[in-house]
Amino acid sequence: MGIAFWGYFMSRTGVLAVLAVSLGLAAPAVAQEKLKVGFIYVGPVGDFGWSYQHDEGRKAIEKAFPGRVETTFIESVPEADSERSIEQLARTGHKLIFTTSFGYMEPTLKVAKKYPNVMFEHATGFKRDKNVATYSAKFHEGRFIIGKIAGKMTKTNTLGYVGAMPIPEVIAGINAFYLGAKSVNPDVKIKIAWANAWFDPGKEGDAAKALLDQGADIITQHTDSPAPLQQASARGKLAFGQASDMTRFAPNHILTSIIDDWAPYYVERTRAVLEGKWQSQDVFDGLAKGKVKMGPYVNMPDEVKKLAEETEAALKSGKIDAFMCPVVAQDGKTVECKGGDRLTDEQVVGMNFYVQGIEGTIPK
Amino acid sequence: MEMLPFILATVFTAATPLLIAALGEHVTERAGVLNLGVEGMMIVGAATGFAAAVLTDSSVFGIIAGALAGMALSAVFALMVLVFATNQVATGLALTIMGLGLAGLIGQGFVGQPRAAIPPVQIPLLSEIPVLGKAIFTGDFVFFLSLGLIAFVAWGLNRTRFGLLLRAVGESHGSAHALGLPVKRIRLVAILFGGLLAGLAGAYLSLIYTRFWSPGMSAGRGWIALALVVFAGGHVWRLVLGAYLFGGITVAQLHAQAGAIGLPSQFLSALPYLMTIAALLFLSISGRKGAGAAGSLGQPFVPER
Amino acid sequence: MSFNLALVPRRDVSLIRQVLTPVVALLVALLIGGVIVWLMGRSPAKAFDVFLREPLTDPWALQEVLLKSTPLMLISIGLIFCFRANRWNIGAEGQFLLGGIFGGGVAIATHGLTGPWILPLMMLAGALGGMLYAAIPAMLRNRFGISEILTSLMLVYVAELLLDYLVRGPWRDPKGFNFPQSVPFTDAAQLQPLFEGGRLHAGFALALLAVLVAILVFRRSLFGFAVRASGEAPRAANFAGFNEQRITLVVFLISGGLAGLAGMIEVSGQVGQLRPGFGQGLGFTAIIVAFLGRLSPVGAMLSSLVIAVLLIGAESAQVSLKLPFDLTRFFMGLLLITVLAGESLNRYRLEFRKEAA
Repeated sequence: MGIAFWGYFMSRTGVLAVLAVSLGLAAPAVAQEKLKVGFIYVGPVGDFGWSYQHDEGRKAIEKAFPGRVETTFIESVPEADSERSIEQLARTGHKLIFTTSFGYMEPTLKVAKKYPNVMFEHATGFKRDKNVATYSAKFHEGRFIIGKIAGKMTKTNTLGYVGAMPIPEVIAGINAFYLGAKSVNPDVKIKIAWANAWFDPGKEGDAAKALLDQGADIITQHTDSPAPLQQASARGKLAFGQASDMTRFAPNHILTSIIDDWAPYYVERTRAVLEGKWQSQDVFDGLAKGKVKMGPYVNMPDEVKKLAEETEAALKSGKIDAFMCPVVAQDGKTVECKGGDRLTDEQVVGMNFYVQGIEGTIPK
Repeated sequence: MEMLPFILATVFTAATPLLIAALGEHVTERAGVLNLGVEGMMIVGAATGFAAAVLTDSSVFGIIAGALAGMALSAVFALMVLVFATNQVATGLALTIMGLGLAGLIGQGFVGQPRAAIPPVQIPLLSEIPVLGKAIFTGDFVFFLSLGLIAFVAWGLNRTRFGLLLRAVGESHGSAHALGLPVKRIRLVAILFGGLLAGLAGAYLSLIYTRFWSPGMSAGRGWIALALVVFAGGHVWRLVLGAYLFGGITVAQLHAQAGAIGLPSQFLSALPYLMTIAALLFLSISGRKGAGAAGSLGQPFVPER
Repeated sequence: MSFNLALVPRRDVSLIRQVLTPVVALLVALLIGGVIVWLMGRSPAKAFDVFLREPLTDPWALQEVLLKSTPLMLISIGLIFCFRANRWNIGAEGQFLLGGIFGGGVAIATHGLTGPWILPLMMLAGALGGMLYAAIPAMLRNRFGISEILTSLMLVYVAELLLDYLVRGPWRDPKGFNFPQSVPFTDAAQLQPLFEGGRLHAGFALALLAVLVAILVFRRSLFGFAVRASGEAPRAANFAGFNEQRITLVVFLISGGLAGLAGMIEVSGQVGQLRPGFGQGLGFTAIIVAFLGRLSPVGAMLSSLVIAVLLIGAESAQVSLKLPFDLTRFFMGLLLITVLAGESLNRYRLEFRKEAA
């Protein structure tokens, strides 16, 4: 029975598959051919942090090319089981696919090999291919600015930092923040608490509280939910927003937000595909290209606001950098200065040490 | 010393949702019913509570709505296990999955909306006591409610006739039935109470603990509540101890980091679970066989008649 | 809620009834699901097409369905042994993780080596890891009378944290930019695709083999009889000379071993490295699968396929209908509820009575 059953099954699927293909071919001939752009998100669209901001970018594409593009997303795709989801988009006619989390690196490359005519964009990765580009943002530029603000605004000279995971992006952010703060306030100290999750509002909030209990009077975070900001505000302490403008969560205690704005990049890359000019590349930019933006500077004296604006302008023009040489590591050794007067992008992307003055070790 | 009241307050808020949900499940399990759907009821309570609070612009109403939503979901569970005598493990898991999905659908339109804090309650005079006064007698009203619930559950289970009957039903539904006790009716009350408290704990998460709704925000706390019930082994005081211990460990871990003390965080995080198993082991070795779980826990009840 | 409803056992249940009940349950769940889809402003017909027909008729999707069903099938087959014997192992997720850790540990230890012995060794290690981990709740029950329901559940968290510790600490890929993950496995440690262009690997054949063996054990062997007897009438089983404790240990070892094997297969065939979250809750989903399949091996096989179809369909539904994944989760819970209710109505008749029970 077994073989006959399978034979029947297979022949049936064969017929249906042919039917589906012919139907699929018929459809685009009627409608005007649209470019299909797909997105893979690691969290729910509603996480209000990372995935939410990528989805804002997706919406921007639809707005920028009305009638010419069609966008799709698959949300909450676990990194360990993402290959199928990525292939699902590739095989349903999506010509440009954004995979928006580091863990999608290997699956993206695997699928890209199978679909050489589909263009892939992988966020925060470091492996590329002919049809796989990578892109990331210099969030640490924003962190340098808020470091300066925090250094000026603190009364206890203790700053609290809620980290997600000790990966280089987060470490670089901590260093940039601390260097910014120290440049305006040599006595400043930083305390770090790890939530061990990108998104767990309860734990992020608890981490912020622990930092406040330890005497921090300004909280900043590299996790996705507004919980740390809310907790600081509940104690009447100041804090920063992350990923999106979080003003409405604590209008009287927010200083500014570091905003991820993927929209300009997504629109630019979609245009490149539409015009047939897409090429694999690695893009690592920030304030200058508008991928990183600062929210309004509020709840601070004018002189601090001016300092922040000047720093932002200087970073934007490239006059300064968060990591100007000499950069001294925690162990007292000066880091090799490979980029002239500053560290190179590669050195920042792989940053794996605290700078001098930060206490504690990077957790295992 | 200055920060001690703050630390204690942090521990209390971290422990309160766990404590409330665990108290509810404790009562359910005392009646001999194992409801593994706590996580599902909790997150539906969080979503519904937040949605209701936004729609009516009243956090208090939201908390009530969240609790009722948890109870509504537990009513489905009750219908299944009491009327259809389905397997409790499977039904509870179904409830959790359903709840996670349902909460996502309910909360869809409310993602990213902020809510103002509910002003804390200060108990006059008592909150003036140095150190402890500030930590214990200044808090949100649900925290005080949870203290009341501890007393209510302890008193209800051990000092009232209904509590006695409930425990009898849990110990052996066969004998209870033979004595003419309304087994199903008592279990219905226990299940609904468990749902009510799980929903309340969920609403606490979205309206007080973090004050916004996001999918998946319960982050496994329902399962922790289930572990606490095991840890309690039938005693309310141990449940309370367990909840605060758990909250304490979480907070201590963050403080250790902030104070730049290196500790393997995974080991600390695993400690509550290992401690629970160790506690069960200890109880068993010290001669109390069956360590705490109600006699007919998890078994379907179909009276022969 | 009326308590004048009572369950009366049916004397004999016809085969047609037994077969039809799950079908009717599925139809009821589909009806409710359809109404919800309709309320959300989408076409239910289109949704059924995407959820149920597409994954079964497209060769690529079909391979993905079989791939997705592999771990579910393996784990649920093992769980059937426990559940039939009235032992409640709900920690299969933890045993799955330990299987991945042990199997992956072999892959990491042999990194850079080649040879046909690596994969079999990984499989053995994976099964062993799952068995050892499942033995803990079994021993605690046997020796100390501690309820296995909750110990097995709690060990899931311990397993998650162990994995987390390993991939952040000793097993972290030195070239992985501090991301919590192990080195990528070499080809020698990865199950290779069976067909060009697809991802289906030999793990599926192993799952089918497990189904076959389980059928034989339950139908033909004394042990299968002992398991059922122990579950249905423990006292009678005792009289018949079956050692309760030994049965507890053996059913836990079987389910732990299969879950561990599934974990190793997932790590080797799909993920290609160790990383947190590779469990994906499959161990819990498998419990649902076991009950959907009414605790029979054939049923478990079919229901792993049904759940896999739903999961794959859910992805297409996100792409083509923009239906959220939450809907699928809700539907899976609903389906289990209707199947459980249906099964209950199979065994019992609902009777209205005047007085309370």
